[in-house]
Amino acid sequence: MPHAVTLFLSLWVPFLALGEAPTTILSTPQPERVTIDVTAPPARSINDYHLFRDVQNQLPNEELIPYDLNTALFADYAEKYRFLFLPQNGTAEYKDDGAFVFPVGAVLIKTFSYKHDQRNPDGGERILETRLLMHRPEGWVGYPYVWNDDLTDARLAVAGARIPVSWVDTTGTERSIRYSIPNMNQCKHCHENDGVMGPIGPKARQLNRSFPYKHGPANQIAHWIEAGILENAPASTETVPYMAPWDDEKASIDVRARSYLEGNCAHCHNPGGDAGSTGLDLSWSQQEPVAYGINKLPTAAGPASRGYRYAIRPARPDRSFLLSRLRATDPAMMMPRTGRTIVHEEGVGLIQAWIQSMNPYLGSETYYETKQ
Amino acid sequence: MSRNSVSKSLLSTMILILGVSNVSLAETVTFAPGPDTQEAVQEAFILSPPGTVFFFTAGKYVFDQSLSLDVDSVTIKGEGMDQSVLTFKSQDSGAEGLYITSDNVTLEDFAIEDTTGNAMKSNGADNLVVRRVRTEWTGGPNEKNGAYGLYPVSGTNTLIEECIVRGASDAGIYVGQTKQVIVRKNLVEFNVAGIEIENCYDADVYDNIATRNTGGILVFDMPGLPVKDGQRTRVFRNKIFDNDTVNFAPAGNIVGTVPTGTGIIVMANYNVEIFDNDIYNNQTVSILLTSWLSGGKPLTDPLYNPYAEGIHVHNNRLGKGGYAPLGEAGELMGQFAGLPLADIVWDGAFDAEKGSDGKPAEDRRISIHDNSRTGGGDVTFVNLGGVEAFLTQDQSKISRNISQHATPLPSLPEIKLSKAK
Repeated sequence: MPHAVTLFLSLWVPFLALGEAPTTILSTPQPERVTIDVTAPPARSINDYHLFRDVQNQLPNEELIPYDLNTALFADYAEKYRFLFLPQNGTAEYKDDGAFVFPVGAVLIKTFSYKHDQRNPDGGERILETRLLMHRPEGWVGYPYVWNDDLTDARLAVAGARIPVSWVDTTGTERSIRYSIPNMNQCKHCHENDGVMGPIGPKARQLNRSFPYKHGPANQIAHWIEAGILENAPASTETVPYMAPWDDEKASIDVRARSYLEGNCAHCHNPGGDAGSTGLDLSWSQQEPVAYGINKLPTAAGPASRGYRYAIRPARPDRSFLLSRLRATDPAMMMPRTGRTIVHEEGVGLIQAWIQSMNPYLGSETYYETKQ
Repeated sequence: MSRNSVSKSLLSTMILILGVSNVSLAETVTFAPGPDTQEAVQEAFILSPPGTVFFFTAGKYVFDQSLSLDVDSVTIKGEGMDQSVLTFKSQDSGAEGLYITSDNVTLEDFAIEDTTGNAMKSNGADNLVVRRVRTEWTGGPNEKNGAYGLYPVSGTNTLIEECIVRGASDAGIYVGQTKQVIVRKNLVEFNVAGIEIENCYDADVYDNIATRNTGGILVFDMPGLPVKDGQRTRVFRNKIFDNDTVNFAPAGNIVGTVPTGTGIIVMANYNVEIFDNDIYNNQTVSILLTSWLSGGKPLTDPLYNPYAEGIHVHNNRLGKGGYAPLGEAGELMGQFAGLPLADIVWDGAFDAEKGSDGKPAEDRRISIHDNSRTGGGDVTFVNLGGVEAFLTQDQSKISRNISQHATPLPSLPEIKLSKAK
């Protein structure tokens, strides 16, 4: 049987166990073993994987390793909880630049939630969805699971979902949106590079930070090394690349802005990414000014490029197309294309300040440019 | 569970989930309009195996989000471009109606209407066939319309035929950074640009009708893109007439500079052959050959070749054209070279370093011969004398000598798609 057909059938098999009641989760949380068989079809119910001992508080079972990133993708002000699952005796391979290499059987788990009131982080939150990026024998596949209201179960949502969400933001304003859970294809739009699906976040420069583990704070990479789950890492974490968080006020504005673009744009805007055809490369490592947008013309952007001649016009945020894309909420104009429906005001503020701070002649030293 | 029962349950589950009854295991998934269309279609697009035919029975399907497809070797088919209509009028998510990232996909006999952004975009999709598909913004030309109707980019082997595209605020059919392209027998009207071939290699554009657009057919090479040096495009047997829709592209957009009433523009490409076309009633110009530089825009890509070179224009039938140039570029040309503007206008820019004695290299010259003027008279031509002359309005460099260009260039080979279906 052709491989894809096998996968197709396997995807459907769990749907066929008709009449079986979903496993109900009990009132007293019991530690359970995480059980994820990546050769089996994806579970219809997330409960089959036994990921959490307390969903509401995102307390994972023992085998999951929680982690954070320095600069995460803005997702309509949702909170994110990340966990790594490795198969027994499995290890990740350290990479200086790209994402770490994880073995078949590894799963990256990410839960999205909203604080009821962002001014009061301990005042409770609404858990919405948990996404699994699973390293199956045939490659990585993303599966979105949507939680029910009482968090007894999350179901696989192949085609994604839209969910009304409300919260109070940091200014005390009540916000309401139709939160968008991507479908399985949309997972690929961000996670595929040169046609191969894979993790985006777990890179050295993103993971190189402290995490408040149960037994006290520690550097994540040092912790992974100590736990014996990271191969080929440098002897000292001092030589591990570091990317300051976009909101780290001790870092330079240039570093913060490039960190923001790396975390929010570079998964598509790199030569092998979904936006590779634009020639705009917003990767952290890209040093060529025109490649990361300086005086670069918009490409096939249609009406989105309304009145803008440059992706970034140094010192002129008002004339920078890239900034207008971050400000837009019209689906035909906004960037990123998925994962947000409202404006990330703080991110926009940062990019605006960054462009404003640029030398107006940036990028002009090496390239001929006519006077405006 | 035995394989047999899996198949049976699979069938019943598909029926259950899709809410349709016409599913057979011959890998056809049939849709009918209904309240759960969005989820049913999207889920089927994700879960179905290669080889599936997705069949939209006649009716109007309402979507509020993009549909995306990443399964190879599938066909999306309707009962006709006026019968099976996918409308995105209430779309609030996604930058296109249909987004395709897989190979060997065929789209046939349906319509995509009123998308927020592009109607259909494919990205890196090889062997794409789009046949008898209509994309349209039903409110007519409007700068709020999406940019492109049919928009394949970064693929190999693309065939677009017998489609109708209306109302795109950029190009109706836009093929970008693609190798091996055929665009034929389409009707493109009321778009800013009817058809645009941009940074492509080996494209044949023929038997199309381009009318009531701002500009009919554009063959462009743009800076700053991964696929550089677009070359070898043939534009032939097209009817390009009455392109008179006032440019409604949002300002700043590159096609926003296309003057209303333009037949064909070649910009910065290498080896374009334009022949056997009927071009008439385009008030700015019938055929314009130009470098990037005459647009007066800065050049920031050091790897970009900004010149239109090796352009071969022959055996076209040219009607009335260039009698009242419009737009900034049109007015500038008209003031500079006088009215009516010639049938064929070349900005005169070429890469002097590649040539010698102040002439372009042999393979990079402009060749114009055997064109005829319908209604009598000689075909007229003007060489605007190069970028500097044009931008400084130095009329001493203008030349109208068409016979200098009479030596033919070799004809380009016919495009044969290696996997056309």
